[in-house]
Amino acid sequence: MIINHPLLGPRDSQEFTYLGDASLIERPDWQAADAVDQFYDYLYLRDNPAGLHRELWYHEQGDRSWLVVTRNTLTHDITSVELARDVAKAKGRST
Amino acid sequence: MSQINRIAGGLIDRQKTLEFQFDGKTYQGHPGDTLASALLANGVRLMGRSFKYHRPRGPLTAGSEEPNAIVALRAGARQEPNARATVAELYDGLTARSQNHIGRLSFDLLAVNDLLSPFFAAGFYYKTFMWPKAFWEKLYEPIIRRAAGLGSLSGQPDPDLYDKGFLHCDLLIIGAGPAGLAAALTAGRSGADVILADEDFVLGGRLNSETYRLDEATGADWARAAVAELASLPNVRLMARTTVLGAFDHGIYGALERVADHLPSPAAGTPRQILWRIYTKRSLLCAGAIERPIAFENNDRPGIMLGSALRSYANRWGAAVGQEVAIFTNNDEGHSTARDLLAKGLRIAAVIDSRADAPKSTAYEVLAGAVVTNTAGRLGLRSVTVGLPNGQSRRIDCQALGVSGGWNPNVHLTCHQRGRPSWDAGLAAFVPGANLPMGMSVAGAAMGQMSTTAALASGAAAAVACLADLGVSASLPKLPATEDSPLRLTPLFHVPGKGRAWLDQQNDVTVKDVKLAHQEGYISVEHLKRYTTLGMATDQGKTSNIGGLAVMAEMTGKSIPETGTTMFRPPYTPVSIAAFAGRASGVDFRPTRLTPSHHWAAEQGAVFVEVGMWLRAQWFPRAGETTWRQSVDREVLATRKSVGICDVTTLGKIDVQGTDAAEFLNRIYANAFGKLGVGKVRYGLMLREDGIAMDDGTTARLAEDHFVTTTTTANAVGVYRHLEFCRQCLWPDLDVQIISTTEAWAQYSIAGPNARKLLEKIVDPAFDISNAAFPYMGCGEITVCGGLRARLFRISFSGELAFELAVPTRYGDALMRRLVEDGREYDATVYGTEALGVMRIEKGHAAGNELNGTSTALNLGMGGMVSKKKDAIGSTLSEREGLNQPDALRLVGFRPVDPQHNFAAGSHLIGKDAEANAANDQGYLTSVAFSPSLGHSIGLGYLKNGAARTGEILRAVNPVQNAETLVEVVSAHFIDPEGERLRA
Repeated sequence: MIINHPLLGPRDSQEFTYLGDASLIERPDWQAADAVDQFYDYLYLRDNPAGLHRELWYHEQGDRSWLVVTRNTLTHDITSVELARDVAKAKGRST
Repeated sequence: MSQINRIAGGLIDRQKTLEFQFDGKTYQGHPGDTLASALLANGVRLMGRSFKYHRPRGPLTAGSEEPNAIVALRAGARQEPNARATVAELYDGLTARSQNHIGRLSFDLLAVNDLLSPFFAAGFYYKTFMWPKAFWEKLYEPIIRRAAGLGSLSGQPDPDLYDKGFLHCDLLIIGAGPAGLAAALTAGRSGADVILADEDFVLGGRLNSETYRLDEATGADWARAAVAELASLPNVRLMARTTVLGAFDHGIYGALERVADHLPSPAAGTPRQILWRIYTKRSLLCAGAIERPIAFENNDRPGIMLGSALRSYANRWGAAVGQEVAIFTNNDEGHSTARDLLAKGLRIAAVIDSRADAPKSTAYEVLAGAVVTNTAGRLGLRSVTVGLPNGQSRRIDCQALGVSGGWNPNVHLTCHQRGRPSWDAGLAAFVPGANLPMGMSVAGAAMGQMSTTAALASGAAAAVACLADLGVSASLPKLPATEDSPLRLTPLFHVPGKGRAWLDQQNDVTVKDVKLAHQEGYISVEHLKRYTTLGMATDQGKTSNIGGLAVMAEMTGKSIPETGTTMFRPPYTPVSIAAFAGRASGVDFRPTRLTPSHHWAAEQGAVFVEVGMWLRAQWFPRAGETTWRQSVDREVLATRKSVGICDVTTLGKIDVQGTDAAEFLNRIYANAFGKLGVGKVRYGLMLREDGIAMDDGTTARLAEDHFVTTTTTANAVGVYRHLEFCRQCLWPDLDVQIISTTEAWAQYSIAGPNARKLLEKIVDPAFDISNAAFPYMGCGEITVCGGLRARLFRISFSGELAFELAVPTRYGDALMRRLVEDGREYDATVYGTEALGVMRIEKGHAAGNELNGTSTALNLGMGGMVSKKKDAIGSTLSEREGLNQPDALRLVGFRPVDPQHNFAAGSHLIGKDAEANAANDQGYLTSVAFSPSLGHSIGLGYLKNGAARTGEILRAVNPVQNAETLVEVVSAHFIDPEGERLRA
């Protein structure tokens, strides 16, 4: 597969390490009343879609960017590649 | 015997003669021959035995789709089993052996299987060798494997190089027949970057095997001229002997180039084969089509082959299969074969055309509406029996039979990305479907364009369209006038009969087997394939799948497209494991990382151990030491007595900088880091988000906004990746930057009571490293050896007064030599990873054996370190009830009740009088070593509620080695529990 890195252009997927569902960005608030339950959901409960999937890839053999790649799990078509940092900020994760 | 079946013409160089051996006998051939064509020219039709019944077999085809002529090529370490004689290029001195027989090829002892064939129907093995169960492994399987295997490996290391390479192009053209050449000329002239790859060693495809002309030129001459023009274009890369083996995601193709398979051995320094990865913007599949046989009784005798193969051997290689040839056809091509062979001076015994309206001929006899019903000839064809339309039969003598059942477009690569082919009723064949791999187009016979005129036109037009997609304008070339006859065909897949008619010759699958599978309920094509093995092995059913489908369709009463087709998967033809491995074999399987003191250690005769990719010195044997324990014990005792030196460069080092660096560390470590003072070091325990310990190490604060964190050797890469994830994905606005500096610094541990004295000899006088000025857990940036910048950390893994000194890596070798030199007066001893391990067990420090992916901070005895006042990775889930039971495992020490006794890591802990079973399991030992300091074995391990069980006697049970030892629960800190030495 070829991943179109937002900063570096098209790169072979062999340069990357795969992590999984991009929902891992949405780490819960440790001070919530039900924090343990929220963390349990966050860590263990994932969707496994046949189709579009937003997932985290790490450019380990490259510039060390974490990326959010939107990939069709049936066809391997990649429709969007974003810097995970930008996605995290857009989700309101600041500090 | 010299080439009795060599006939005129062909693309072989008769000026040169090549000698080769087959089954120990010497023959002659010419450059341009394949092993199969040369053997046929020498009158050899028998080339192997079949897989199951050991039937005599000769080539069915003249290409890579060959199911039968499978031989062992070359000898010794270069022996290659299961090679196809039909594509093995002849060279002087080639040796080959037939396979799959016991005794001579012409008198195979296992041919008895053929007489027993009624017992060997589909599913025979599944049904027969069921019981007694114990017989399978010892008796049945070895016998079956010996009888049924094809070739075998030499068992010796492969002496040749295999490389991997990467290519990029605008347009990859797969196949250099008429469509591929027309496409390449069109694209090449436009200036686009073009790769033209073909599995053959002569480009041109069928043009080299047919007699029709393109304008005035022969097919071979036209192809040669086209190739010459393409070779002159700098933007075109011609790749002969290169099989495009798979279509992968996003326009990436795999290809195998056989650089030196046609040579006695590869030229020095060059690889035998190269596995290419080709990145394409567009690709054009011009893979042509494969002729298919018709099944009839005893259709597998040597001398029976595809009509197109007869033409190839005659026209391209000047080789006749026999002087007297019969043709069996369901389409007009059988008649082309007859005309070509007549022109070569061969006799046509008859053309048996299954169509009642077969074309007539004055040059040879045509038996219209007739079929071949049987054949004779034990080791090679002698005659065929023909069923005539009037119900009578007639025997016709011949040594060769050309069978033409129509053509199957080579849709293989169109299916590698989930694509399914669609049925073309006119061709009675599958053609590429709509769902092609990204960027792929198809032209020529592969697209069902069966005439040469159509192939040329579709290749050129497809190239123009592909390049237009890329914004490159190409113009259609002027194409030559040539053969343009339609394929007139009446489908016929098998001739009904009572005897065995082979569909898949490689796997010995007959029409009967498919019928039996159907009777037994194997309706799905995928099940049929697995039950009968139809379409498996080296040829992957290239000549048999459609025949099998047709019989299945007949049985179910459905059409062939309704019956389905099996999936095609890469590789297109077999690829050796060596090509996939490339240079990654032996010591080069992965990179080797050497420590800065490696060369010094090698000079000392150190024994090295692999730690991940690193090679670390394990111990340093000295003269007179005969066992590793002697060396390790000496290293430990010398360190504890005076001073020892150890290369600890392999620990991961991560530089953490920024105004939020302290806050960042606070969040990735379970314990607090915010208040760590500048010039201080702290131990840190890192958890995974699920509350399990991930890694540990020390972090030094060199400045307000500058920390250096260490990781374990094994987890350096994973921890760094995790920290980048936290930094970028969880807290994107923290002002913190990290970088791995593992390879930037050489780091040595200097440990023992005289560690400070040794260091004072090299630390520049401006820096005070006295206990008062540089206390335990202190750190600082200093200079050594007269101005060399260095970092000094007062940390201890051994439990002794110890420092770790880091200098830029390029000074690492010199520093080691200097430390050893300056350490002579203290009898300084360099120690390896074994002594390091012994000392850390003596001190009770956890390492990889304890941080084993199941242990929590509580298990490690560090539960109190997990701060409840802050958010850190893993802190929330570490509070889960299941991880905090009263009887949770706790890390404690163990010693044998009898000091003479030993015990092993991995042993399970069982109550003194309890039965040794899982229900009574109290925990397990993680690390065990002989302590030279104490004179007996010691261990660390996890024990239920272990912190409260000091003094208890348990059994360390080792069922693997059938051993057990009485052990006492003690403190994990065997040496200096008060920590006085490391604060000295």
